[in-house]
Amino acid sequence: MARSNKPIVWGPFAAGGTLTAFLTPVLVLLMLLQPSGVSYESMHALAAHWAGKMLLAAVIFLSLWSAAHRMRITAYDLGLRADALVAALLYAATLACTGAAIYHLLRI
Amino acid sequence: MSPRPYVRPISAREWVFRHPRYVRYMVREFSCLFIAGWTLLMVWGLKQLADGPAAWAAFLELVKTPASVAFHGVTLAFAAYHSVTWFNLTPKALPLQVGERVVPDWVIAGAHYAAWAALSLIILLWTL
Repeated sequence: MARSNKPIVWGPFAAGGTLTAFLTPVLVLLMLLQPSGVSYESMHALAAHWAGKMLLAAVIFLSLWSAAHRMRITAYDLGLRADALVAALLYAATLACTGAAIYHLLRI
Repeated sequence: MSPRPYVRPISAREWVFRHPRYVRYMVREFSCLFIAGWTLLMVWGLKQLADGPAAWAAFLELVKTPASVAFHGVTLAFAAYHSVTWFNLTPKALPLQVGERVVPDWVIAGAHYAAWAALSLIILLWTL
Protein backbone atom coordinates (compact mmCIF):
# COMPACT_ATOMS: atom_id res chain seq x y z
CA MET A 1 0.00 0.00 0.00
CA ALA A 2 1.23 3.47 -0.81
CA ARG A 3 2.45 5.44 2.17
CA SER A 4 0.75 8.75 2.77
CA ASN A 5 1.03 11.50 5.34
CA LYS A 6 -2.62 12.40 4.80
CA PRO A 7 -3.91 11.00 8.15
CA ILE A 8 -1.29 13.02 10.05
CA VAL A 9 -2.41 16.36 8.62
CA TRP A 10 -6.07 15.42 8.35
CA GLY A 11 -6.53 14.13 11.92
CA PRO A 12 -5.81 17.47 13.64
CA PHE A 13 -7.85 19.22 10.93
CA ALA A 14 -10.95 17.15 11.72
CA ALA A 15 -10.41 17.50 15.47
CA GLY A 16 -9.79 21.26 15.18
CA GLY A 17 -12.77 21.75 12.88
CA THR A 18 -15.04 20.04 15.43
CA LEU A 19 -13.50 21.95 18.33
CA THR A 20 -13.84 25.37 16.65
CA ALA A 21 -17.40 24.51 15.58
CA PHE A 22 -18.38 23.89 19.21
CA LEU A 23 -16.24 26.48 20.97
CA THR A 24 -15.18 29.48 18.86
CA PRO A 25 -18.59 31.20 18.42
CA VAL A 26 -19.36 31.30 22.15
CA LEU A 27 -15.83 32.45 23.06
CA VAL A 28 -15.95 35.25 20.45
CA LEU A 29 -19.41 36.23 21.73
CA LEU A 30 -18.05 36.31 25.28
CA MET A 31 -15.20 38.66 24.31
CA LEU A 32 -17.71 40.81 22.41
CA LEU A 33 -20.29 41.06 25.21
CA GLN A 34 -18.16 41.41 28.29
CA PRO A 35 -14.39 41.54 27.90
CA SER A 36 -14.09 42.98 31.40
CA GLY A 37 -15.74 39.83 32.75
CA VAL A 38 -12.60 37.90 31.82
CA SER A 39 -10.71 39.04 34.89
CA TYR A 40 -6.95 38.78 35.34
CA GLU A 41 -7.43 36.61 38.42
CA SER A 42 -9.68 34.04 36.74
CA MET A 43 -7.58 33.82 33.56
CA HIS A 44 -4.37 33.61 35.57
CA ALA A 45 -5.83 30.86 37.75
CA LEU A 46 -6.78 28.89 34.63
CA ALA A 47 -3.38 29.34 32.94
CA ALA A 48 -1.42 28.69 36.15
CA HIS A 49 -2.84 25.17 36.56
CA TRP A 50 -1.10 22.46 34.54
CA ALA A 51 -4.43 21.12 33.25
CA GLY A 52 -5.42 24.65 32.16
CA LYS A 53 -2.09 25.06 30.35
CA MET A 54 -2.60 21.79 28.47
CA LEU A 55 -6.20 22.71 27.63
CA LEU A 56 -5.26 26.16 26.28
CA ALA A 57 -2.30 24.79 24.30
CA ALA A 58 -4.47 22.04 22.77
CA VAL A 59 -7.27 24.46 21.82
CA ILE A 60 -4.80 26.91 20.24
CA PHE A 61 -2.92 24.20 18.32
CA LEU A 62 -6.05 22.48 16.95
CA SER A 63 -7.77 25.77 16.01
CA LEU A 64 -4.70 27.04 14.16
CA TRP A 65 -3.97 23.70 12.47
CA SER A 66 -7.49 23.26 11.12
CA ALA A 67 -7.46 26.86 9.85
CA ALA A 68 -4.03 26.38 8.26
CA HIS A 69 -5.15 23.17 6.54
CA ARG A 70 -8.21 24.95 5.16
CA MET A 71 -6.08 27.87 3.96
CA ARG A 72 -3.87 25.37 2.13
CA ILE A 73 -6.83 23.76 0.36
CA THR A 74 -8.32 27.19 -0.45
CA ALA A 75 -5.01 28.45 -1.86
CA TYR A 76 -5.01 25.43 -4.20
CA ASP A 77 -8.67 26.04 -5.14
CA LEU A 78 -7.87 29.67 -5.97
CA GLY A 79 -5.16 28.61 -8.37
CA LEU A 80 -2.00 28.62 -6.24
CA ARG A 81 -0.54 25.28 -7.31
CA ALA A 82 2.70 25.32 -5.24
CA ASP A 83 1.00 23.04 -2.69
CA ALA A 84 4.14 21.65 -1.02
CA LEU A 85 5.48 25.16 -0.35
CA VAL A 86 2.11 26.52 0.84
CA ALA A 87 1.62 23.51 3.13
CA ALA A 88 5.13 23.79 4.59
CA LEU A 89 4.71 27.53 5.27
CA LEU A 90 1.25 27.23 6.85
CA TYR A 91 2.02 24.20 9.03
CA ALA A 92 5.34 25.77 10.11
CA ALA A 93 3.53 29.00 11.05
CA THR A 94 1.02 26.95 13.07
CA LEU A 95 3.80 25.17 14.96
CA ALA A 96 5.64 28.47 15.56
CA CYS A 97 2.54 30.21 16.95
CA THR A 98 1.68 27.18 19.10
CA GLY A 99 5.28 27.22 20.35
CA ALA A 100 4.91 30.92 21.25
CA ALA A 101 1.69 30.16 23.13
CA ILE A 102 3.36 27.33 25.07
CA TYR A 103 6.31 29.61 25.87
CA HIS A 104 3.99 32.24 27.36
CA LEU A 105 1.94 29.58 29.19
CA LEU A 106 5.12 28.32 30.85
CA ARG A 107 5.92 31.88 31.98
CA ILE A 108 2.64 32.04 33.92
CA MET B 1 -2.68 8.06 -15.29
CA SER B 2 0.00 9.70 -17.41
CA PRO B 3 3.02 10.98 -15.47
CA ARG B 4 2.15 14.58 -16.35
CA PRO B 5 -1.60 14.94 -16.65
CA TYR B 6 -2.79 17.98 -18.57
CA VAL B 7 -4.38 20.52 -16.23
CA ARG B 8 -6.58 23.01 -18.02
CA PRO B 9 -5.79 26.46 -16.62
CA ILE B 10 -8.86 28.00 -15.00
CA SER B 11 -8.86 31.21 -12.99
CA ALA B 12 -10.58 31.31 -9.60
CA ARG B 13 -12.86 34.15 -10.70
CA GLU B 14 -14.02 31.93 -13.52
CA TRP B 15 -15.41 29.17 -11.31
CA VAL B 16 -16.17 30.70 -7.89
CA PHE B 17 -19.03 32.88 -9.15
CA ARG B 18 -20.38 30.32 -11.59
CA HIS B 19 -22.89 28.95 -9.05
CA PRO B 20 -24.22 30.14 -5.65
CA ARG B 21 -23.11 26.78 -4.24
CA TYR B 22 -19.48 27.59 -5.09
CA VAL B 23 -19.80 31.03 -3.47
CA ARG B 24 -21.17 29.44 -0.27
CA TYR B 25 -18.27 26.97 -0.36
CA MET B 26 -15.78 29.84 -0.57
CA VAL B 27 -17.50 31.73 2.28
CA ARG B 28 -17.14 28.59 4.39
CA GLU B 29 -13.47 28.23 3.48
CA PHE B 30 -12.78 31.91 4.25
CA SER B 31 -14.11 31.41 7.79
CA CYS B 32 -10.70 29.91 8.57
CA LEU B 33 -9.01 33.32 8.10
CA PHE B 34 -11.16 34.88 10.83
CA ILE B 35 -10.91 31.90 13.19
CA ALA B 36 -7.11 31.88 12.78
CA GLY B 37 -6.88 35.67 13.20
CA TRP B 38 -8.98 35.60 16.36
CA THR B 39 -6.96 32.67 17.78
CA LEU B 40 -3.73 34.64 17.15
CA LEU B 41 -5.29 37.59 19.01
CA MET B 42 -5.85 35.22 21.93
CA VAL B 43 -2.21 34.06 21.75
CA TRP B 44 -1.29 37.75 22.09
CA GLY B 45 -3.65 37.84 25.10
CA LEU B 46 -1.71 34.95 26.66
CA LYS B 47 1.52 36.94 26.25
CA GLN B 48 -0.12 39.92 27.96
CA LEU B 49 -1.45 37.64 30.71
CA ALA B 50 2.07 36.36 31.34
CA ASP B 51 3.36 39.98 31.47
CA GLY B 52 1.12 40.81 34.45
CA PRO B 53 -2.12 42.59 35.47
CA ALA B 54 -1.28 45.94 33.75
CA ALA B 55 -0.51 44.25 30.43
CA TRP B 56 -3.74 42.19 30.71
CA ALA B 57 -5.76 45.37 31.34
CA ALA B 58 -4.17 46.93 28.22
CA PHE B 59 -5.16 43.81 26.26
CA LEU B 60 -8.79 44.15 27.40
CA GLU B 61 -8.72 47.83 26.34
CA LEU B 62 -7.50 46.69 22.91
CA VAL B 63 -10.36 44.18 22.72
CA LYS B 64 -12.86 47.00 23.44
CA THR B 65 -11.71 49.30 20.59
CA PRO B 66 -14.25 49.81 17.75
CA ALA B 67 -11.98 48.04 15.24
CA SER B 68 -11.76 45.01 17.53
CA VAL B 69 -15.52 45.01 18.17
CA ALA B 70 -16.14 45.06 14.39
CA PHE B 71 -13.61 42.25 13.90
CA HIS B 72 -15.32 40.20 16.64
CA GLY B 73 -18.73 40.75 15.00
CA VAL B 74 -17.52 39.54 11.59
CA THR B 75 -15.61 36.65 13.18
CA LEU B 76 -18.72 35.59 15.11
CA ALA B 77 -20.73 35.42 11.86
CA PHE B 78 -18.03 33.42 10.04
CA ALA B 79 -17.43 31.12 13.03
CA ALA B 80 -21.16 30.38 13.35
CA TYR B 81 -21.32 29.65 9.60
CA HIS B 82 -18.41 27.22 10.02
CA SER B 83 -20.29 25.51 12.88
CA VAL B 84 -23.52 25.16 10.87
CA THR B 85 -21.74 23.75 7.79
CA TRP B 86 -19.62 21.43 9.96
CA PHE B 87 -22.60 20.00 11.88
CA ASN B 88 -24.61 19.58 8.66
CA LEU B 89 -21.74 17.47 7.30
CA THR B 90 -21.41 15.18 10.34
CA PRO B 91 -24.08 12.68 9.12
CA LYS B 92 -21.94 12.23 5.97
CA ALA B 93 -18.67 11.89 7.91
CA LEU B 94 -20.07 9.78 10.78
CA PRO B 95 -22.98 7.70 9.48
CA LEU B 96 -24.50 5.73 12.34
CA GLN B 97 -26.26 2.40 12.27
CA VAL B 98 -28.16 0.88 15.19
CA GLY B 99 -28.90 -2.78 14.49
CA GLU B 100 -30.66 -2.92 11.14
CA ARG B 101 -31.67 0.73 11.14
CA VAL B 102 -29.63 3.60 9.77
CA VAL B 103 -29.91 6.65 12.01
CA PRO B 104 -31.44 9.51 9.94
CA ASP B 105 -29.21 12.47 9.03
CA TRP B 106 -31.30 14.99 10.96
CA VAL B 107 -30.91 13.04 14.21
CA ILE B 108 -27.10 13.06 13.97
CA ALA B 109 -26.92 16.74 12.95
CA GLY B 110 -29.61 17.63 15.51
CA ALA B 111 -27.68 15.96 18.34
CA HIS B 112 -24.66 18.11 17.42
CA TYR B 113 -26.78 21.29 17.34
CA ALA B 114 -28.24 20.44 20.76
CA ALA B 115 -24.79 19.79 22.24
CA TRP B 116 -23.52 23.06 20.67
CA ALA B 117 -26.40 25.06 22.19
CA ALA B 118 -26.01 23.42 25.61
CA LEU B 119 -22.23 23.96 25.71
CA SER B 120 -22.53 27.60 24.60
CA LEU B 121 -25.24 28.28 27.19
CA ILE B 122 -23.23 26.65 29.99
CA ILE B 123 -20.12 28.69 29.14
CA LEU B 124 -22.14 31.94 28.91
CA LEU B 125 -24.02 31.36 32.19
CA TRP B 126 -20.85 30.28 33.96
CA THR B 127 -18.84 33.35 32.90
CA LEU B 128 -21.35 36.22 32.70
